[in-house]
Amino acid sequence: MAVLEAAKTTRPPAAPPAATPTGPVWAAHRGAVVAGVIAVWVVLWALLRNRFTLTLDTASTTDLHLRINDVRDSIDAGRNSNPLFLYVFNEIRLVIDALTNAISGLIAQPAFGRPVPLLGWLGVVAVVMFVAWALGNGRVSLLAGAVFVFFGLQGLWTQAMDTLALTLAAVLVSLLIGIPLGVWAGLSDRVNRVLTPVLDFMQTMPTFVYLAPLTLFFLIGPASAVIATLIYAAPPAIRITAHGIRSVAPATVEASVALGSTPRQTLFRVLLPVARRTIVLGINQTIMAALSMVTIAALIDAPGLGQNVLKALQTLDVGTAFNAGMSIVLMAIVLDRVTTAMSERVEVARLMTPQAIARRPYLLGAGAVATLVCVYLSYTFANYAVFPTPEGTSLGYIGDDIAGAADAVKDWAQSNLTFFTQTWKDVSTAWFLDPVEHLLVESPWFVVVAVAVVLSLVIGNVRAAVTTAVCLAVVIGTGLWSDTMTTLAAVLVATVLTVLIGVLVGVWMGRSRGADRAIRPVLDAAQVMPSFVYLIPFVALFGATRFTAIVAAVVYSAPIAIKLVADGIRNVSATTVEAALSAGTSTLQMIRKVQLPMAREALVLATNQGLIYVLSMVVIGGLIGAGALGYDVVAGFRQSTYFGKGLAAGLAIVMLGVMLDRVTQAASGRTGGAKRR
Amino acid sequence: MTRIGSPRGVRRTARVALVATFALALAACGGAKVGEDTTSSAAPAAGGSGTAAACGTVNIAINPWVGYEADAAVVAELLQSKLGCTVVKKNLDEQVSWQGFGTGEVDVILENWGHEDLKKKYIEEQKVAVEVGPTGREGKIGWFVVPWMAEKYPDITDSKNLNKYADLFKTSESGGKGQFLDGDPGFVTIDGPLIKNLGLNFKVVYTGSEAALITSFRQAEKEKKPAIGYFYSPQWFLSEVPLVNVKLPEYTAGCDADPKTVACDYPVYNLDKIASAKFATSGSPGYDFVKKFQWTNDDQNVVAKYIAVDKMSPEDAAKKWIADNQAKVDAWFAS
Repeated sequence: MAVLEAAKTTRPPAAPPAATPTGPVWAAHRGAVVAGVIAVWVVLWALLRNRFTLTLDTASTTDLHLRINDVRDSIDAGRNSNPLFLYVFNEIRLVIDALTNAISGLIAQPAFGRPVPLLGWLGVVAVVMFVAWALGNGRVSLLAGAVFVFFGLQGLWTQAMDTLALTLAAVLVSLLIGIPLGVWAGLSDRVNRVLTPVLDFMQTMPTFVYLAPLTLFFLIGPASAVIATLIYAAPPAIRITAHGIRSVAPATVEASVALGSTPRQTLFRVLLPVARRTIVLGINQTIMAALSMVTIAALIDAPGLGQNVLKALQTLDVGTAFNAGMSIVLMAIVLDRVTTAMSERVEVARLMTPQAIARRPYLLGAGAVATLVCVYLSYTFANYAVFPTPEGTSLGYIGDDIAGAADAVKDWAQSNLTFFTQTWKDVSTAWFLDPVEHLLVESPWFVVVAVAVVLSLVIGNVRAAVTTAVCLAVVIGTGLWSDTMTTLAAVLVATVLTVLIGVLVGVWMGRSRGADRAIRPVLDAAQVMPSFVYLIPFVALFGATRFTAIVAAVVYSAPIAIKLVADGIRNVSATTVEAALSAGTSTLQMIRKVQLPMAREALVLATNQGLIYVLSMVVIGGLIGAGALGYDVVAGFRQSTYFGKGLAAGLAIVMLGVMLDRVTQAASGRTGGAKRR
Repeated sequence: MTRIGSPRGVRRTARVALVATFALALAACGGAKVGEDTTSSAAPAAGGSGTAAACGTVNIAINPWVGYEADAAVVAELLQSKLGCTVVKKNLDEQVSWQGFGTGEVDVILENWGHEDLKKKYIEEQKVAVEVGPTGREGKIGWFVVPWMAEKYPDITDSKNLNKYADLFKTSESGGKGQFLDGDPGFVTIDGPLIKNLGLNFKVVYTGSEAALITSFRQAEKEKKPAIGYFYSPQWFLSEVPLVNVKLPEYTAGCDADPKTVACDYPVYNLDKIASAKFATSGSPGYDFVKKFQWTNDDQNVVAKYIAVDKMSPEDAAKKWIADNQAKVDAWFAS
């Protein structure tokens, strides 16, 4: 269910392993070198404290920020005469608007002169179940049917369909652009090299930064919402498709060429079919990413469940927000399971008995007829068009009970847990966050840059060190150095927490199937539940603080770290574990001496993913007291005068993302290399 | 040889499916057809004998706070029921709403808090928007403490005495000083310079959103913990927790001209309405009504309470208020 999970994990390492057997001397004593560098840093910090820190007041802007505002204003003023607007953006908008309105008129909103959409609830449920069954299997079909009916029982049928319509439109456009681009990037190294930083940018630039300008280009309406969504959702499809094409065994391609296939035939008859399963995974990731944008797109009037979440937030109505959030989680689970079942269909089909194969067309035919009948009924009869309301009966919506239960849990927690949470917050802030933040924010900028470059070199390689230097130079250029350091401190602390939790829970899940089965759905929910839903209880429990933002980030990022560690532990070969067992190893020794070291690559990967996920929560953190870059970005969205500063802050976040990603990837490449030796 | 194609399972499944759909079809026969009875409420009331000029479509920006939602609910309800307009509500942030004047997708902003920069850009420079006059409401920004503190420390309500209590407000975020809470970055604040120029031992902590600010106040009052910060009225939360205003040096015209030396209270904002130039010149009766629409903070608070506390839908809340306040409504339509 991870948004970036597969996108990032399947990306080939950015750089070849740098450390060769005859590598530099320090390579042998990495730990000591890192400790030494940090010791020197602390001394320099004590000596030069609070000098050359490049601070910029929260309310202040720099010339660069104002210049960006001017550029925005001139685009805004010239939009009626600019040919780019008249002939390009307008055309794109018209096409996307038409597509979205068509899907919406089909399932969500009154259209085509009817007071209701073409398909009523019964028709939608039938079509969804039929498609899930035909392309997936019976189990996911039942799940899909149950969940869709549940939307109606929650009292959120229309909103859920609005969200589904917008998500489908965004996913369709994403795939239309993404799969061809992905194939191209899979075939050409040069295209891949050009695309990678662009995709990094699309995935780490906070949406808040480009949300307001989007409505300038594509107006307020479906087009802007779809484009905002696809900027974030298309990259996984591109990356994973490229990866799928690249991982087709060269021998297969050579055989095809040797048999005289044209490049076109090789692509369509060999590469695409072989990579099919990976490509479906990419589609799955794109859908998940699109769903994670539901709440943010609601800020520019995208209809659907996101509106319920935002409206409930205005009155601090956590229960109602949770009810809508739950619909989003359920929709994500259905779409995830159905697409996963689709990708497994080929294998399943291969295992079918001849009888089953012969039977299938009849079954499909019967199903299609039943579906058509339901579609007709929902087109014609009001009861099957509009989901029945409980009005006039003694029953209520299940959604009201869900909201009530969520409120009860929240009230209980806020009344009984605040002493613990406040103490926890105070201790963690004083002992972990503050020291790291002081070190980063109060040291002169050149000391921090030097330390970062040296550490990148030691942990990663030369290339990572160069990347770090460039990224930090850009950060200085944005004029937001001090805010960036504050944010970096929080990101680092959150990542350490994420990895700790990842190891603790991941090892448990990796060693116990039962634990895995029980915990995994919770992880899925934590990843897809819009963070806006739990912001208010968190603020109540921890106050509006930097630590609150860290907790929110950990809730979002720990699931991916846990899953990766669990997979890593499970993949440690059974024979190794048995050998260790027969040698009389205790459980703790087994974990520490055998399973964790063997799963080292998974650990580094979990750290990398944890970082990226934490970083994507920086802006949300800005909404609950983290200040710094997250706050700057939100201010840029909310206030016209801070637009330039918000954009600069977004750029600084991207730079942090690229830097941390490349350093951890280089580290993982190195450990991989070390293992191979 | 030919048994493969016709095992019993297929027939059974097919039969179950057919029976099920047939049952559904039967059940449907009792139900109304689409368009038979649902249209009466969905059909626009346009063309009624009472309306002279056609109103057309009015796009109302809905900015994200409950008071605004209350304004919009009442205005939309009256536009539809009295004038037969088609109302499209667009849930937008303030900045995006103003942009909407330029792109022609927003006709009205019903509660504008200042925004001199946007007025300059869209009214003076681009000339796509016009001021439509006051809403009748006064927006008051200021410093507030939680009620229990005002009761326990009566002199805390004057900014002169705040330093005496600064230690009470210390938190993990305030770096040894008293914590002063700020909210949504969308609202203009001068709290940083104010604190400095008044010589107060406080530090501004940016909660980052209205939700976080309100939650902080609510939790502090519940647990009898100290909290001071920026707040404003009209705001529905004040009816739940009546935060107490802290006196700042009085506002005089121009005292806030230089943000570096400002040392006085916030001005009173006369909240106003903004419309697109297109809508203003359209001759729509909707525009005339929007122009006349004015109500007091108390009126708005009633509707906001219906929505925020009583959990009524904006439509129901508006209908209830309109039914209870016919005289006020009639005044808006008297010509």
